[in-house]
Amino acid sequence: MEFLYYFGEVFTPVSMLLLVGGTVGGLILGATPGLSPTMAVALLIPFTFHLKPVHGLILLGAAYTSTVAGGAVSAILLKIPGAPANIATTLDGHEMAKRGQGAKALQLAFLSSLVGGVFGVLLLIFLTPLLAQWALAFGPSHLFWLAILGVTVIGSLDSGSVVKGLLSGCIGMWLATIGYDDMQGVQRFIFHDALGGGVNIIAALIGLFAIPQVLTMFAKGRHDDSIEAIKVQTHPIGEAIREVFKRSKALIIGTLSGSFIGLIPGVGGQIAGLVAYDQTKKFSSEKEKFGTGHSEGVIAAEAANNAMVGPSLVPLLTLSIPGSPTAAVLLGGLLIHGIFPGSDLFDNHPDVAWPFINSMLIGQILMCAFGIYVASFAAKIAQVPQSIMAAAVLGLAVFGSFSVQQSMGDVYVMMALGTMMYFLERYGFSAAPLVLGLILGPIAESNYIQGSLIAGATDGQFAYFFGGALNLLLIGVVVLSIGYSVFVEMRSRRALA
Amino acid sequence: MRNLLAGLAITLVGLTGNAFAADYPERPIMLMVSYGAGGATDFQARIVTMTAGNEDALGMPIAIINKPGAGGRVGWNWFAKDADSDGYTLGAYNIPHFIAQSIKGGVQYNKDSFEPIANWGADPAVFIVGKDSPFNSMADVVAYAKANPGKLTYSGAGLFVGHHIAALQIEKAADVKMQYIPTKGGGAAAMKSVIAGDVLGGINNLSDAYRAREAGNVKILGVADLNRNEEFLPDVPTMMEQGLDVDNSSVNFRGIMVPKGTPPEIIDKLATTVPEMFKNKRVAGKMNAGGSPMHIMTREQVQKLWKEREETLNDLLQGL
Repeated sequence: MEFLYYFGEVFTPVSMLLLVGGTVGGLILGATPGLSPTMAVALLIPFTFHLKPVHGLILLGAAYTSTVAGGAVSAILLKIPGAPANIATTLDGHEMAKRGQGAKALQLAFLSSLVGGVFGVLLLIFLTPLLAQWALAFGPSHLFWLAILGVTVIGSLDSGSVVKGLLSGCIGMWLATIGYDDMQGVQRFIFHDALGGGVNIIAALIGLFAIPQVLTMFAKGRHDDSIEAIKVQTHPIGEAIREVFKRSKALIIGTLSGSFIGLIPGVGGQIAGLVAYDQTKKFSSEKEKFGTGHSEGVIAAEAANNAMVGPSLVPLLTLSIPGSPTAAVLLGGLLIHGIFPGSDLFDNHPDVAWPFINSMLIGQILMCAFGIYVASFAAKIAQVPQSIMAAAVLGLAVFGSFSVQQSMGDVYVMMALGTMMYFLERYGFSAAPLVLGLILGPIAESNYIQGSLIAGATDGQFAYFFGGALNLLLIGVVVLSIGYSVFVEMRSRRALA
Repeated sequence: MRNLLAGLAITLVGLTGNAFAADYPERPIMLMVSYGAGGATDFQARIVTMTAGNEDALGMPIAIINKPGAGGRVGWNWFAKDADSDGYTLGAYNIPHFIAQSIKGGVQYNKDSFEPIANWGADPAVFIVGKDSPFNSMADVVAYAKANPGKLTYSGAGLFVGHHIAALQIEKAADVKMQYIPTKGGGAAAMKSVIAGDVLGGINNLSDAYRAREAGNVKILGVADLNRNEEFLPDVPTMMEQGLDVDNSSVNFRGIMVPKGTPPEIIDKLATTVPEMFKNKRVAGKMNAGGSPMHIMTREQVQKLWKEREETLNDLLQGL
């Protein structure tokens, strides 16, 4: 209960000011397409040069939590996921916004972010030593099977048919092979300078999700102002709270799967939201409603991606190993003040470590309150005429993909992938499984190569990839997941026949 | 309208060039870092340039622009090909990375595409093992590798970077075959695999290994440098002291450069001012706090270093 003692530091005027500033600023940065949580935190690091260590970390912690949640705003209103964490949010969130329920979707998103986020930070406070062991347990073979498990999710994610879902995933995995391969020291499919560093995931996200809608809006012509007929519904906050608790199954599955997957270094943060979404769908009694603007989808995805924030810091704070790109940036922020994460942090600098963690707890509440305040008027965006909307989204897409690394090449990649996706969507393919393929491909590949190198030097491929309880457990889950997808596909075909 | 005028003015300055070198710099300067925000190079670049705006330094702030990808190749390709050579675009270099890459080919730069300004840091590679490992010296490692050819697995961050060069040198010096496991995601992933016991050992940065040892997670068996690191690891012997003929070729030198074609007056001005800027007390304090070894070198010293490094790497990477 040591952490309670350090709450005092969070409630000093300077800390509160930084906390509020970091949260509000973080929400705005997070809602801007292209500005991922990693980048937002990196942008703030130079400001912490001039602050006391504890204040610097409070600012960074607040910004991290709120940018993850802020990504929900553009995911829901514009269908542009700000970061991989928000992909799953677009699936049902944007459908709700199109029906005029943007305010409701945002309220649900922030409330479930709050629940998930607080749970994640509490895990960080109470179970850190235990969780550190779990994070280390995943070696190359386990990460490989975990990526394969992710691939099996692809089949059932947001697609009319399992086959088209898997095909979309394959396209994504192929795109992921483009670029310089660190593992073998060769260049692959680099047919244009813009592809030298591979397909940037943020630029791809923006293109794949935003450009097809822009093209669709343009295709309808500027005289179609049907969108104005939509009545934007206001939504009392009390009702949103009741809704979140009514859907407690989605909330619990989202929070639990988000926090445990978020813990695994290198993989967690990227796929936590999508895996949680898929699990909630499989356990739901209203499966068919997912993807049509179902509130459970938003709740599960947002609970998961904020639940991931706390546990994703466990490897950093205990072992000094950053488990995610954002954690790597936070490491820089710690080092600059002479604070080494690891046992040193809690033994010698508890006055920095605990206020930092506590501020993430308080930050969640501020984030939720401010987010809900914004939700009511942000939702009016659905009333903007399509012609203006299309131009605005296009502008944001170009701005967002350029700002990732100040590169026009990323803008070309974004436009090319987006145009491709427009045509693919007409044939029933969808963007979410494609992006999942793009994310999982490199994880599966690099861990397979590493694993097989280690296996070759030690006890052989079979023993390495199929031996041990954790490997067998993961393989078992993979088989179950594939079996389930096949079962559902067969049943739906019989129903059609 | 005002922007347009400003743009015109900048173009004019660009055209007339040298005449204005005396007033250089008259606007903020950009520093391209070819690794992601938050990485060691980025983090150190931000510290060493934080006093650029001081009157005794350049008098103008330096802004960091990240162009990460393909182990630095994306940023350095851009810097060699597209960066303006007007003194307002600086780049951060990593030795031996960019020279090793240019020897392996497939990139649009080599040592002669850039003009060094000054070096700020040197992070040697070290050999680490998990805290419970039976290995306590490089001799133990070599003995195991001799008894079990190709079976000693050890991690490092990718191919043709400092870690990989150190690995090649150690295997060559000890005349053993070990299994190098490159990781994606830099030194952190390589460190994780050592701590978690996925591999038997690993090559990592001195600064990161020092922190991991402080946290009680690893043992450090040897430093791949000419001398011991008195500041952070005075107790860890060099490879040479342990009978392995490994020099400082794998040491990760970081510094500032400009593209070829930058006016000589501007290079001179930078070459005299920048090393002084690195010597600032606040800079040294922040670098030291972060466990990042500083190593300030002038333009002439760096030119010599680049040349020597190209020769050794040519020999080492031949036939790989």
